[in-house]
Formats: sequence, C-alpha cells, structure tokens
Amino acid sequence: MLTDAERLRIEETFALYESRSASAVDGLLIIQQSRGWVSDEALADLAQFLAVSTHSLESLASFYSMIFRHPVGRHVIMVCESVCCWIAGSAELTAYLNDRLSVGLGETTADGRFTLLPVVCLGACDRAPAMMVDGRLHGPVVAADIDSILSQYP
Amino acid sequence: MMDKSTPADKPLTGHLRADGRPLGLGEYVKNGGYGALRKAVTSMASAEVTDVVTQSRLAGRGGAGFPTGRKWGFAATGPDYAGAKYLVANGDEMEPGAFKDRVLMEGNPHLLLEGMAIAAYAVGAATAYLFIRAEYRKSDQIMRRAIAEAREAGYLGKRIFGSGFDVEIIPHSSAGRYICGEGSALLNALEGERPIPRHKPPHQTSAGLWSKPTVVNNVETLCCVPAIITNGAHWFIDLARSGEGGTKLYTVSGRVNRPGAWELPLGTSIRELLEEYAGGMRTGLHVTAVLPGGGSTGFVLEKDLDTPMDEASLRQVGSRLGTGTIIVLDDQTCPVGMLHNLEQFYAQESCGWCTPCWQGLHWVRELLGDIEGGRGTMADIGLLQWHVDLIKPEHTFCDLAPGAMQPLESGLRHFYSDFVAHVREHDCPRRAAGRRWG
Repeated sequence: MLTDAERLRIEETFALYESRSASAVDGLLIIQQSRGWVSDEALADLAQFLAVSTHSLESLASFYSMIFRHPVGRHVIMVCESVCCWIAGSAELTAYLNDRLSVGLGETTADGRFTLLPVVCLGACDRAPAMMVDGRLHGPVVAADIDSILSQYP
Repeated sequence: MMDKSTPADKPLTGHLRADGRPLGLGEYVKNGGYGALRKAVTSMASAEVTDVVTQSRLAGRGGAGFPTGRKWGFAATGPDYAGAKYLVANGDEMEPGAFKDRVLMEGNPHLLLEGMAIAAYAVGAATAYLFIRAEYRKSDQIMRRAIAEAREAGYLGKRIFGSGFDVEIIPHSSAGRYICGEGSALLNALEGERPIPRHKPPHQTSAGLWSKPTVVNNVETLCCVPAIITNGAHWFIDLARSGEGGTKLYTVSGRVNRPGAWELPLGTSIRELLEEYAGGMRTGLHVTAVLPGGGSTGFVLEKDLDTPMDEASLRQVGSRLGTGTIIVLDDQTCPVGMLHNLEQFYAQESCGWCTPCWQGLHWVRELLGDIEGGRGTMADIGLLQWHVDLIKPEHTFCDLAPGAMQPLESGLRHFYSDFVAHVREHDCPRRAAGRRWG
C-alpha cells in the first residue's frame, strides 16, 4: 500500500503533465525517498495508482539507473567511472573503498551502513576523482580523506 | 589574472558570485535581469525574437550545434493552430567531460529561467519543462527555489509584465541514463514512456511532447538568449573571435593544474585554454591529445593545439566543437585504456533500441578490453575499424553510437602504434606509469 503522504505527493505531480502515466518517474522517486528503494509490491501499487501496467512501470524502473529495485544501505556511495575520473584514478579509488568497506560494487556492508555503487558520470570532471554519497558530491577524493568523508555518514 | 574582460563580455557568467553561491533574484534583477524578457514580451512580436536569435548565429551548445533561431522557426504554426506547444530545457548534461550546464544552473539560475521564458514566448509555448539529470541534486534544488522566487515576483506565471503572455516552468528531476539527453528520448522520458529515441520524421518541432510542436534547447543555449535580446544580434556576433557568434562556456578536465570552466569568446584556442586558464599540465606530464568537445568528439593532437575552439576550425582537424568541454589525454595515460573507458560508458548507456548500438558498442567494448588487457590480436584491431565503418548516422536511430565512434575512429588513426604495441607485447606498455591515485 502506498502511504497517504506518498499518494498526496504523487497526486501533486498529476497537474504537471498531460497524462497521469507521466508521473511514473516522479512516483518512483517519491517512493524511493520515503522507503530507500522500490519493492515489487510498491511498484505494483504505484502501477495501479497511475493506471499503467506493472510491466510497463517495471520497464521504466529497471531502465533508470537511479531507481533501486533492491534494498540499499543507510547511505549510498556512488563512485564516478567516467573518463576524467578514470584518468584521475577512479579504479584505484574503487579498489580502496572495496578494501576499506569489505564490499564489492553493488554490495552493502554487513552492518547495513553503506551500499557501494558505480555511476557512469557525476558531471564533476573538474573534481575528479569524484564520488557522491546520498546526493552530496565529494571530490577530488584522496585516500587520506576517505575516513573523514565516511564518518559524516553514521 | 590575465583576464581583462568585463561582465559585459561574459553574458553567461559575468555576474556569478565569487563565493560560488547562486545569484539571487534581487542581485539578478539589479544587474538588469529579466529586462530582456520585459523587452521581448512588451515590445517585440514573437517572430521578431526568433529573427534576432537567428541573426545572432547562436548555435546549440548541447553538442549538435544546430542554429537555434532556425529550430524555433520550425515550430511556427499558422494562426488557426489553437493547441499547446512546449519548450523544453535540456539539463540532462551527461557527456563525458561536460559540466558546463551544472556551473550555469548552480550559479545563475534566473538567467536560465529568463532564457526559457523568452524562448517560450518566441515559439508560442505556455508551458516549459526543465529536465534535470538525477546526479545534479544541487542544480535541482537551486532551480526549484529560483522558479518559486520568479513566480512569486511575477516574472513567471500569468500576464507577464502586463502583456498577454503566460508561461509556467515545470522542473522535472530525472533518474539517470545518458540517453535522456537525446531530444526525442527526453520527450519520451517526460511522457513517462521508456526513454528511447523516436524515429524522425516527424521532427519534434512538428510533433514532439504529447505530439505537440516542441522545441528542445540545451541549458547553455537558452542562457545565451537574454543578452542577445538586450544587446542585439551584432553585439553577440562580435563577442566571438570567429564568425560563429557569442561566447562559450569552455571547460578543461584531465590532469591539468586547474581543471575548471571559463566563459571566453568562441574561437579561443585550445592552447590558450590549456595553458593560460587551466594552468598547464601537472608536473611531469605532457599533453598528447585532447578530446575538444566531450567524449563524442575526435582526438586533436598536440601539434594542433593552436586550433580555435569553434565548429569550423575543429572540423578542419577532424573533430567537432561538441559541448566545448576539453578532456586532456596526457603522456602517461594509455589512449587504448581511455578509449576502453569511453566505449564502456557508451555501451552501458546504449538504450538497447537499435542493433548497431546495443550489439556494436558491446562488441567494441569487449575488443578494447581484450586489447588493453594484452589478450587482443591484430584481427581485433581490424574488427574495431570495421565497427567504426559500420556504425554511422542513418544506420542508427540516434547519434549515441555514431558519436561513440568519433573518439575511436580518430584514436585508431592517431594511436595505431599503441594498439599494435598492446597486441605485440601482450600488455599495456604504459602500465608501468603506475598508480594514478593515492
């Protein structure tokens, strides 16, 4: 079931577009903001609310890289893999985080604190290598700063 | 520094705050902001606005370089058309190397809103969407706040400046994927459809968003519009060092001393950008080549660094202006590795709709991975060339895959010996250059 607050926020977007189905991305993002991710059940509820098929909504949810269809940790770290960050050592940065957090890309730490994800591009080429934690940009990231960055996300 | 320009020479960034915070509505208006919108809606016919923009030679800053005024003109309808029209600002900046639109949205949000409102007036749209990529959270917050401010003050909404013109700007936060920056895929995204490109024709200026005439313009392009209306087409043309009008928000990234963004006359040379603005290469590094216009443009070699950064000049050295965002390849970075990274981006971001793209780019990525990893053969290099020859405009629905071939095509030409060395030595000859990060 969508919560009343979720319904209200999604309904507010109906006036923005010519069709209700256009609120699909807004709806997915609203659900993800309140729950952290979009479960099969939430997806089906949203599809019903927007009067679209579950399959067509799933084809959107699985298409967009920022819609999480699996549970994530309390904080999501996204390491930019785009070319400027690669030149600046994003592969080494990722390896360092793999080691420091004992997780691979796409995995969540055992304590549920962090999910580590790659991101194709953060648009922060002037701050390479860059990473984003919960929507906040960090960069250029150097090894010596990693612990103090992570400590901002308990 | 060496910069003697005044705010008037920099219509996009001249008034940006030194502390990096966004220019507020009060400051924007004090500097003449929304004066161009007032001028347009109270004293110019919409066709006149389009004419001035056409005369200014403003060309799209999002990568394709299409003349903006002409695009607006395509959306013209007869007086008997009573339906809706739409203007869309494309803030889905995701080209590798590009972050110029982020600088504009974070620093000067009202400039974009004013440009959007004027463009909406010119094309006859009462609704304009601002499409913002998911990763630009800060831009998203700043733009939403600015829209509320402008609406409150009456610069957006009904009967602007007492004229008969109404316009609403609706921000749309996206959820990732490079393909959304392709104009027709962006329209599908706004409609809540899977964001794959549409077949053209019909062009979106005839049948775009919800099949209504729609103009999609890049953020930087729209930001150029207010000053053109205020100062005129000739003033804008004279800003450039070459015949292409205006300034350009250039950026430089890679291992230079000061990566960043600078608004300079169109036609500023690559060398000037690298050496004077980006502060040259970091100690111990030398420039080998640059991708002058983002990831989807061909390499320009060190010997051609004096090339002016405009469309005509870059074409002469086999590349394009693209987004005008320079990525530097240094002598300790492997060109094969760089191409592997770039093609990985394009392969992953292929929307999966047409075969040359989703199959071809994945093949290209695999081949480059093999060659970079020392497992490649001479036949693999030939296969890469075969893909370059096949993945062309008209073979694909959109420009994603042909764009992805531009760095590869030029890379095979300029760095052929590097490809061969990987095959012969079964390893990357530059691997010894060691760790880049620590």
